[in-house]
Amino acid sequence: MTNETKTPKGISRRGLLKTGAAATGAIVGSGLITGFPTIWAQNPITLRQFGTGVSNINAIAEKCKADLGITLEMTATDSDAAAQRAVTQPDSYDIADIEYWILKKVFPAGVIQPMDIKKLKYYDKIVPLFKTGKLTPDSVIAQGTAPHTVGYVEKVGDKTFAKGETQFFTMVPTIYNADTLGIRPDLVGREITTWADIMDPAFKGKTSILNIPSIGIMDAAMIMEAMGNIKYADKGNMTKEEIDATIDFLIKAKQAGQFRAFWKSFDESVNLMASGEVVIQSMWSPAVAAVRSKGIACKYQPLKEGYRSWGGGLGLAAHLEGAQLDAAYEYINWYTSGWVGGYLNRQGYYSAAMDTAKEFMSADEWGYWIEGKAATGDIMSPEGKVMEKAGAVRDGGSFEERMGKVACWNSVMDEDRYMVKRWNEFIAA
Amino acid sequence: MTPAMTDDETQGMAYPKPPITARIGKVASRIASYLQAVPLALILGFFFLLPILMIAVVSFWDYDFAGLYPDFLTMNYTDTLGSWVTWKTYLNTLKYTALVWGLTLLIGFWVAYFLAFHIRTTTMQMVLFLVCTVPFLTSNIIRMISWIPVLGRNGLVNTTLIEMGIIPSPIEWLLYSDFAVVLAMVHLNTLFMVTPIFNTLMRIDRSLIEAARDAGANGWQILWNVIIPLAKPGIAIGSIFVVTLVMADFSTVQVMSGGQSASVALMMKNQMSLLQYPAAAANAVVLLIVVLLMVAAILRVVDIRKEL
Repeated sequence: MTNETKTPKGISRRGLLKTGAAATGAIVGSGLITGFPTIWAQNPITLRQFGTGVSNINAIAEKCKADLGITLEMTATDSDAAAQRAVTQPDSYDIADIEYWILKKVFPAGVIQPMDIKKLKYYDKIVPLFKTGKLTPDSVIAQGTAPHTVGYVEKVGDKTFAKGETQFFTMVPTIYNADTLGIRPDLVGREITTWADIMDPAFKGKTSILNIPSIGIMDAAMIMEAMGNIKYADKGNMTKEEIDATIDFLIKAKQAGQFRAFWKSFDESVNLMASGEVVIQSMWSPAVAAVRSKGIACKYQPLKEGYRSWGGGLGLAAHLEGAQLDAAYEYINWYTSGWVGGYLNRQGYYSAAMDTAKEFMSADEWGYWIEGKAATGDIMSPEGKVMEKAGAVRDGGSFEERMGKVACWNSVMDEDRYMVKRWNEFIAA
Repeated sequence: MTPAMTDDETQGMAYPKPPITARIGKVASRIASYLQAVPLALILGFFFLLPILMIAVVSFWDYDFAGLYPDFLTMNYTDTLGSWVTWKTYLNTLKYTALVWGLTLLIGFWVAYFLAFHIRTTTMQMVLFLVCTVPFLTSNIIRMISWIPVLGRNGLVNTTLIEMGIIPSPIEWLLYSDFAVVLAMVHLNTLFMVTPIFNTLMRIDRSLIEAARDAGANGWQILWNVIIPLAKPGIAIGSIFVVTLVMADFSTVQVMSGGQSASVALMMKNQMSLLQYPAAAANAVVLLIVVLLMVAAILRVVDIRKEL
């Protein structure tokens, strides 16, 4: 039975590929959706994926090989190198796993081809945050490079983004989260409620922010605005004057000795917190988990001004066509079909297709990670380590509470170069 | 005069033409000396001169986030030299260099002097010298990072002092400060001072010291007028090591200052991580020139070859 269906398809595809036209590729692609998994096992396909590393997880590649027969070659780089590689070596990858603010820089170079949403099996399941910018109909659209603003183009070949939802999706969102300040609840000695608390004189010499300019400036902006020093038109796209005001403020705080250190890598932030050098700082959620796994109290503190959020997705390289393009769609449909989503949710990130991910999580896991309920049993990481004991509640609560309160998305500013220059002055000051 | 005479001599004596084999031998020996120089020339050419040349070339190129564009712009240099950040960073790096150089020289000379003049048997000298090198069997980074739990707010030093009742609250400037940077650099680099100084001290003819003593010199006079002048080549070599290493350091400054201080190499690293390679290359060329000038100044004071 299986053999019968496979053989004619294989022949027809090969025959059609000889014509080489992109249109035929598309037709074959849509025809293939029905009986896919076995095809690739018979005719092995490799997809080269590169990206910023958050979702470059070996377990995903292994599962992909087992489910689809597609070999995934993954390369991880930092975000600046990812942006450069995406533009300068477009033939070196098939799938770009990049953040939305990188996409904003990269897409106009024509190296990513938009996807036809008709070929995306789970398009309807993707959370509206990535389509309209609103998680719930009454949420406020956040500042910065919100994913929906770079999510669509009017037609294939367009270099500028469409205003609203269209048939052509630039990237399928895969992983995202809301970042805030991490605190040592045992050492801060009071309630932390606002980004401005990091500048409290009581914490002089016990705070830290991250020394990655494009993200650090946003944390600084959240702090500035929370202190009532300035009101930004768009924190994600500051004017020169706004950049100057922000950096001058940071330099003053640095010279007054407010900061203990500036961290650049994940492990530095973990060590600063675990050793008690710092009691309140910019942090990423896996770093909070790492501090806690040492038995040290650490909280990912929700703040009243909201979160600084980031999101990444998968984009298709412009050179993909024919069988490779089909395989890429295949892979993306598999990615959103739930297993990966469950895996990412269990790591403390969020999956873009929540409904499909739910089927791959236990009721307790779903309750803890997504609904903000107290865990009824021990919560395990995907690797099988105990992350939280029974009774724990996730910092910040449910998915809707956290992602519904995004104040700003990671972004790339028009005055990017000026900002980096001023940031270097801040570090040297 | 001399060459002319030899010419006359050879003509006058009218040697028979040297046999063909000898002439081939002469040419071959001349070629051989070139051949012997070839491997080093190739290695230096490919792995030293060529990269430096490329850095110099790239420093004139244009760039944006997506790539490098061959060009001839002085923008990278005017940007670098025209910014107060650069000057401040150079000043900061020079400050570290001066402090670390002074401290390593003091400690290094002290240790070498002790090894050379106060330890009687050569075996013991060698054993103790090897003891000095033991920490160097671990990685640079490990030796640096291990200072963090020692100096931290809740580190060894602070907890001990507090428990002994010497200080009421932790000393903050022990870690993530200039103090921490200089301490780690001195720790990392002192051996580079000890080794060459020890070497030159061991070569000093002991009878010179006896002669000085017989002539009525006291201990300080011997040290100042005999030993230090004779140890100058070792001091110069050690200084070259320490100065170049500290000028080019970025990881110690980054880790021990907690990202609060800048050094020239750290500035370059920041530029490279933002893919501003031409700017970093321009910075590298400037740093190279500064360091070469410093080494030239050291060599100007001490002629290493003459005194070795």
